[in-house]
Amino acid sequence: MFKRIRALIIKELQAILSDPQSRALIFMPVILDTALFPFAVTLDVQNNTLAVLNRDSGPASIELVQRFSRAEAFTHYLVLNNDAEMRDVIDNEKALLVLYFPVDFSRKVERGDAATVQAIIDGRRSNSGQIALGYVETMIESYNNDRLSAEGNTIPSIITVRHWFNPNLNYQYFVLPSLVAVITTISVLVITSLSIAREREQGTFDQLLVSPLTPRMIMIGKTVPAILIAFIQSAMIVVAAVAFYGVPFHGSLALLSLSVFCYALAIAGFGLLISSICATQQQAFLGVFTFMMPAVLLSGFASPIDNMPRWLQLVTEADPLRHLIVIVIVKAIFLKGASAPFVFNNLWPLLVIALVTLSAADWMFRRKIA
Amino acid sequence: MPEALVQLDHLSKSFPKSEKAALEELSARIVAGKVTGLVGPDGAGKTTLMRLMAGLMQPSTGSITIKGLDSVRDSVALRELVGYMPQKFGLYEDLTVEENFNLHADLRGVVGRDRDQEFERLLRLTDLTRFTSRMAGKLSGGMKQKLGLACALLGHPQILLLDEPGVGVDPISRRELWKMVRELVSQEIAVIWSTAYLDEAELCDEVLLLSDGKMLFNGEPGELTSRMRGRCFQIREIEGSRRQVLTRVLVCPEVLDAVIQGQSIRVVLRRDSDKPDLTKIDAGAHANWASIEPRFEDAFLDVLGEKPPGKSPLAEQLTNLPRDGATVIEAKNLTKRFGDFVATDNVSFQVIRGEIFGLLGPNGAGKSTTFKMMCGLLQPTSGTALVTGIDLKTSASEARQKLGYMAQKFSLYGNLTVHQNLMFFSGAYGLDGKEQAEEVGNMVRIFHLDPYLKSSADSLPLGFKQRLALACAMMHRPDILFLDEPTSGVDPVTRREFWTHINSVVEKGVTVMVTTHFMDEAEYCDRMALVFRGRIIAAGTPDELKAKARNEAHPEPSMEDAFIELITRDHHEQN
Amino acid sequence: MNKTKRALQGISWRRLRALCYKETLQIFRDPSSNLIAFVLPLIMLFIFGYGINLDSGAIRVGLLIEDKSQEAHRFADSFYGSRYFTVVPAHSRQELEQELTDGKIRGFIVIAQDFSRDLQRPENSAQVQVVTDGSEPELAAFVENYSRGAWQGWLSQRNLALGLAAPGQVDVEPRYWFNSSAESRNYLIPGSITLIMTVVGALLTSLVVAREWERGTMEALLASPVTRTELLLAKLIPYYLLGIFSLLVCVAVAVFVMGVPFRGSIFALLLVSTLFLLTALGLGLLISTAMKNQFNAAQLALNLAFLPSLMFSGFIYEISSMPAPIRAVTYLFPGRYFVTCLQTLFQAGDLWPILLRNCLLLLLSGTILIALTAHFTRKRLD
Repeated sequence: MFKRIRALIIKELQAILSDPQSRALIFMPVILDTALFPFAVTLDVQNNTLAVLNRDSGPASIELVQRFSRAEAFTHYLVLNNDAEMRDVIDNEKALLVLYFPVDFSRKVERGDAATVQAIIDGRRSNSGQIALGYVETMIESYNNDRLSAEGNTIPSIITVRHWFNPNLNYQYFVLPSLVAVITTISVLVITSLSIAREREQGTFDQLLVSPLTPRMIMIGKTVPAILIAFIQSAMIVVAAVAFYGVPFHGSLALLSLSVFCYALAIAGFGLLISSICATQQQAFLGVFTFMMPAVLLSGFASPIDNMPRWLQLVTEADPLRHLIVIVIVKAIFLKGASAPFVFNNLWPLLVIALVTLSAADWMFRRKIA
Repeated sequence: MPEALVQLDHLSKSFPKSEKAALEELSARIVAGKVTGLVGPDGAGKTTLMRLMAGLMQPSTGSITIKGLDSVRDSVALRELVGYMPQKFGLYEDLTVEENFNLHADLRGVVGRDRDQEFERLLRLTDLTRFTSRMAGKLSGGMKQKLGLACALLGHPQILLLDEPGVGVDPISRRELWKMVRELVSQEIAVIWSTAYLDEAELCDEVLLLSDGKMLFNGEPGELTSRMRGRCFQIREIEGSRRQVLTRVLVCPEVLDAVIQGQSIRVVLRRDSDKPDLTKIDAGAHANWASIEPRFEDAFLDVLGEKPPGKSPLAEQLTNLPRDGATVIEAKNLTKRFGDFVATDNVSFQVIRGEIFGLLGPNGAGKSTTFKMMCGLLQPTSGTALVTGIDLKTSASEARQKLGYMAQKFSLYGNLTVHQNLMFFSGAYGLDGKEQAEEVGNMVRIFHLDPYLKSSADSLPLGFKQRLALACAMMHRPDILFLDEPTSGVDPVTRREFWTHINSVVEKGVTVMVTTHFMDEAEYCDRMALVFRGRIIAAGTPDELKAKARNEAHPEPSMEDAFIELITRDHHEQN
Repeated sequence: MNKTKRALQGISWRRLRALCYKETLQIFRDPSSNLIAFVLPLIMLFIFGYGINLDSGAIRVGLLIEDKSQEAHRFADSFYGSRYFTVVPAHSRQELEQELTDGKIRGFIVIAQDFSRDLQRPENSAQVQVVTDGSEPELAAFVENYSRGAWQGWLSQRNLALGLAAPGQVDVEPRYWFNSSAESRNYLIPGSITLIMTVVGALLTSLVVAREWERGTMEALLASPVTRTELLLAKLIPYYLLGIFSLLVCVAVAVFVMGVPFRGSIFALLLVSTLFLLTALGLGLLISTAMKNQFNAAQLALNLAFLPSLMFSGFIYEISSMPAPIRAVTYLFPGRYFVTCLQTLFQAGDLWPILLRNCLLLLLSGTILIALTAHFTRKRLD
């Protein structure tokens, strides 16, 4: 039995790796995505333009404006003269945020009254706007504190914030471990489901069924190569993450491998299930797409799971992508050096998913053929 | 000499990715009022020539002139002159007959009253009136082909290009199609009909015989065939195994070609050769020679000059199986329904060890469905399919270890190399290590696969694909071979070589079950069943079937005659 | 230009109409194109409407109060009262650290033992420590910002209560134009419609030409008097109408079911969508024309249409914050122009200067794609 499965596995790997085009389809996305996405995925606000409409020409507003112009978040700086310009700057997305100093701003500050600076934000991009607003608030706060200390007053309280595991909130620390899951998902699905559909269309599937190979052996013969490819891709991403992007790797490689294995198994289950239902490549493709799109979008890759409504969070429990790799395991192994008990604790749902999907696929195959 | 409608002038075509030219230095003229056959095996360059004439490709060198128009420069004007039916008929399967028809009418500017008249004329010609609102995909092969023809005929083209219209169509529909084409030709249209069936060539007025992109012959088919007169014979009343006799006939140097025809053997002699001595062939005391009419295929083989081998090194590998007369394959009241369509209807037959059993029938008759149920690929709706007394559906894999299976279109892994394919299939059947290497080596030697070991299976010439497929099916030395349309599209020499192998392994006691729509091929079977509309309408040896069909019109019916006769009879009985 | 003119002159409206009719029949009879055109968009819209949310809900944070004073509890209340936090009280720092590592909380706040004492002493400042889980940078930033907010609020309240008006404190008053409640759905939905239209436009058309090749019908068409322009237009027009229909359904669902405001005019919406669909269909047709089998075409369409529109169109990730080379890459994806147009139309209304600029860019990319498709559309098979 082992000999036969080995023959299947070798055949599958040869089919994937000896054809230049399918080889390219396996490895090019890994290379391109690891090269581009870590830079594209940033919820930081950088290189932005700050526009200032200063109706006041007192010392307070001038000092504040000078402080802002030195800030890192804003690399460009626009001086506005009237409301019409302010409207134009926001409407045409020339600046994300406009600071408006009212006429009596400096006077109020000097008098010791509370003075207000208005921050006008482009609501079409309210998320970036909020982040930019955060920077502005931090700067105003430090201005206030400086003034307090300058007058000899102590600050009654200070707040210190530390970010564990990722002190500078570097988004690349987040994206690269997530990519391990996103990229392997695509190739495992393609290898398991599309390649079976292709064998069906080309008639080789019948050839396999007539041979002494059992449907279960054929399933193993599709799953093992998919897992191997997933390992190669993961290794490429992990190496790139550590060597080129400097993402810290605190955990154990063995635990990571074990996690990737269980994950690939779960995804292969979905792939086989799709292929057991589909007769043609087009159907399999649509099936893969319909599975993959929500799986990626709801995985926490595009936005945090914590922000989803409760019922949807429950739905994502069935999404292997979310569940175990993106949110918990890989990042935990990379950044937190997660311990074995922690990994095992989070691994079992994956195994449950794998068990359910694989046995469903097994059942479908038997039903269809038998 | 009538004016040439189409003039081919030193026409060559090569494709960037292949070294060999698809067409080489072709010069010919095609006239109106005749059916010109473009004849040759797969890969001869027929489709390329069709596409060149339709203006869909550009010649590499040379030119095509159609009614004084150049196929490249004047391609726009040409579209009005040329009607073209591509392979697979170019129909939209999700549109109805009428919608397909209207689309092509609009595209060709047939509108208004003209269209109504054309519609009526073509519907009458093709007998599709009852089916105007049926989806094209739901039509039978023959009806699809008629609809494709009707669409190509819109707008009164003067030249009609038909690319392999006979593929996938049963002999009855094929005869109807010829009748339609004959009618068109009488209206001074030039019809160009491409085909891989050499027997169709005999029906053409003129023939362009192509092989490997070169033109072997251009002229009336009878002219070529008549050269063979006096060289074609049948050995009748053979005693003993006709397969063994065939082997002995084929090794005679005087013989160019020999095939089994029922209980007889058809022999074609080399030029200026005498008949070999019957005692030398050891065909039995009563064996005698009978002179018969030559066929176009004989002439083709003569022009090629190649001879199929008589001995099969493949069989020499095998050990003799005991001839115990045991029933190896058995179908009991096999029925398969898809919805309310009955694909196989209460089919029963038995195959004993060492026999070649054939399922013969047109496409869509249900022979593939039956075949698949026998191999355990489909679940019968009712009835049982047993192989060596076991139902393959539920059997353990050991039972399937004894089977060899060759699927339609040679299901190989196209992107794997020849060697990888051999390694995989031997591995799947549990061979490994030294044994595996040895067996793969044997197959490479037997089938001359050496030069192709590192080429992908997709890139092989069709003949080699077929050899490879047979090698893959035989490596584990099965007792039973299932062959589904094993030789479709393959040239006659390769087809004979294939049957030499099959005949020899059967002599060793291997049981073979084969499906085919080649009437010739049916002659190799010991017994066969004629499948039509899901039912077995006749069964027996080839000679028995022919005898059943004998009537006044066909005192000596060919297999095709017998086929048509039996089906027509059945059709009458049913109605 | 001349070439275009010549191409248009040769058009036979009869042939074009017949081809369009055929294409339309095929669309309605093919379950898979119905699935892509009508079902998939709605699934995606609901995922974006309910699943992707950049506004923070209630983030779980831990809170450790080492100081038992009233002042400390008053400060803690500002966290309990915050709608951004679900506060989990803890008894030890160790417990909090473990929970943070396990991902059970996204951050924790420690109010130090001598908090109230330091608050009274002029020479010391009362310490508040916030620790976040940096492995979720987005949530970490939320935790930081909201903690500072809560702290600030508590501080001002305290000052007010004690009458300790600090000298000339400055504060910021944010005002969101167009989207006053700063809801992320209001800009994510218009953005996601871009993604949906890209997928619909490119996926549908990427399969149709390849399918004609595979089924051999293209050969029959090519042998007829049909011109290249007619073939191209007959593929564009029906799928354009389908795309517009699918878009209108998406917009209607967004506005009437999800309550996203739409402030622009239907005319402007149709104008920008037309131009965008031109690019999406152009991309699909280009892929389809360049690849001769469905499998490759579909895979390429997925790689070019889905992931980049998600990453590079600027509706989730701010383009201006990307490094310059990546920013340059985003200009290649027409999605970004459409995102800007839709976000403007939905939230701001018909702001013609910005709409026209992006329309121009859409027109440019559409023209390039369709010209390329025309270039690759063969009237021959070799």
